[in-house]
Amino acid sequence: MRERRVAQGARRAREFEAFVAGAAGRLSQTATLLTAEPPKDNPRARRLLTHALAHTYADWDRLRGEDPYDRTRQHLAVRFARGAWHRHSFFRPALGGTLNMLSPQERLILVLRLYEGVAEEQTAALLGLPAERVHAVCLRAMATVLHPPRETTPRVAKVVAPS
Amino acid sequence: MSLREREAAVRRVLERTPPQVPPGLCGDAMRRGGRLLRRRTAARRLMWLVLLAAVVAFFVWAVMARPWVEPPSETTPPLTGW
Repeated sequence: MRERRVAQGARRAREFEAFVAGAAGRLSQTATLLTAEPPKDNPRARRLLTHALAHTYADWDRLRGEDPYDRTRQHLAVRFARGAWHRHSFFRPALGGTLNMLSPQERLILVLRLYEGVAEEQTAALLGLPAERVHAVCLRAMATVLHPPRETTPRVAKVVAPS
Repeated sequence: MSLREREAAVRRVLERTPPQVPPGLCGDAMRRGGRLLRRRTAARRLMWLVLLAAVVAFFVWAVMARPWVEPPSETTPPLTGW
């Protein structure tokens, strides 16, 4: 009984390490896009990703053929959606490029739909929104990224940085 | 510009920065995940323990109180038919 558990733990660790070695780059990029942090300095994205991967690790023996990448991405998206609304919605780091002009929801939908290639219906189901809304938000976000409005930069300056 | 072209353009913007893997990510995730697993196991064990204790307590109470035995009558039945 005990030996079996040890063997199972070793197998889980081995498989998980192989999975992370393959998927960490892309997942890390996804998380960084979500938080709109600069790629060199992304503590929030890193925390988000560590939590999502930890859940995948804990659920590893119960995945039953489900794609661990898919599972991690879902964790990432749901966790970001929950956290973005009530804590960080008004705090935007000054660096990070075009994505900073989007709201967290717009960013989430844009990244899931275009960077990760998740279908509209699946995105809608994951976030609990109607598919038409996902479509509309995605179009709006695309328009903002392609034709950034000039006068939105001062929004960042008004926020007092937490010490 | 068609929708497909615009999607491709946005995709290029999103893929502009190359992905970087933070060092120690796997170890951190495994440590945290392992803690999560242990906590879940402990919670499951506690649940079974509580369930077992409840069952034992019920049986002990049932044996002591014998709720299926008809309580002795406290009033004399009416005497009829003589």
